[in-house]
Amino acid sequence: MNLRRPYRSFVSYIDRSREYYAAQGYSQPYAWAHHEDTPFTPLQKPISECRVGWVTTAGKMDAEAESQGQRKVRELYAQASNPAPTRMFTADLFWDKGATHTNDIDSFLSLNRLAELVAGGRIKSTSPRFYGVPTEYSQGKTSFRDAPKILEWAREDGVDALLLSAL
Amino acid sequence: MPTAVLGSARDIVEECGVARFVFTDFPLGNPCGKPWDAEMQRSIVGISLDLLERAWMPRITVQTPFHWGNDEWRNAFMRVDDSNREALAREGEERRRRQAEAKKGEYRHG
Repeated sequence: MNLRRPYRSFVSYIDRSREYYAAQGYSQPYAWAHHEDTPFTPLQKPISECRVGWVTTAGKMDAEAESQGQRKVRELYAQASNPAPTRMFTADLFWDKGATHTNDIDSFLSLNRLAELVAGGRIKSTSPRFYGVPTEYSQGKTSFRDAPKILEWAREDGVDALLLSAL
Repeated sequence: MPTAVLGSARDIVEECGVARFVFTDFPLGNPCGKPWDAEMQRSIVGISLDLLERAWMPRITVQTPFHWGNDEWRNAFMRVDDSNREALAREGEERRRRQAEAKKGEYRHG
């Protein structure tokens, strides 16, 4: 369908959140990550011979998160991916709670779908663990504390490629 | 490590710059497909694996062919207009007051 419009159709979350927080009286807008150079690593072998891992920004659902509706500590973690968890903690993350929900983990962390693709021969295997990274105000913590640890875990698990899904 | 990002906040990811980006134009929360739609989810994961394999340079964005079904969420999310401007200003004031209180408490205990 040809629908003409005089504006871009996708939402700019940088503009939207800046205006929203300004309306709340925060005068200093968040400075989003912007890199002129982007690292790129090509796949070293066919994807059908690869072990694929998954990184999520969702948190672990533990008893405390369940009962209090919040996480005390937003920690980096690695958790068994088989069987996939049935629920993850997402209440403290920035997503559209008015339009959708996160009751189906495969809608934001598709461990079951990825496992099915192993059965079909699309990839060789999935990583025995998936990796959780907290969203941080500090980009330095993400780049220099969290990313190296996830790389270390992924290498321990023999991972050839990673999918990262951000809520 | 070869990577692909699956997401719905197109501007944030593209400003950052990533090796490979699979963009699904949905409300934030379901970057791998609609809840309980296994076929769509399998398709989006499959597209991500295709991109892992075929990308020859960084910052390639692939947009998946799925539509949410309506466009109401686009304007509703984090909307600021005359109906909520005062309420938002009060919320901000209240949060700053609570944070200042919490900070005072920390000093007392520390």
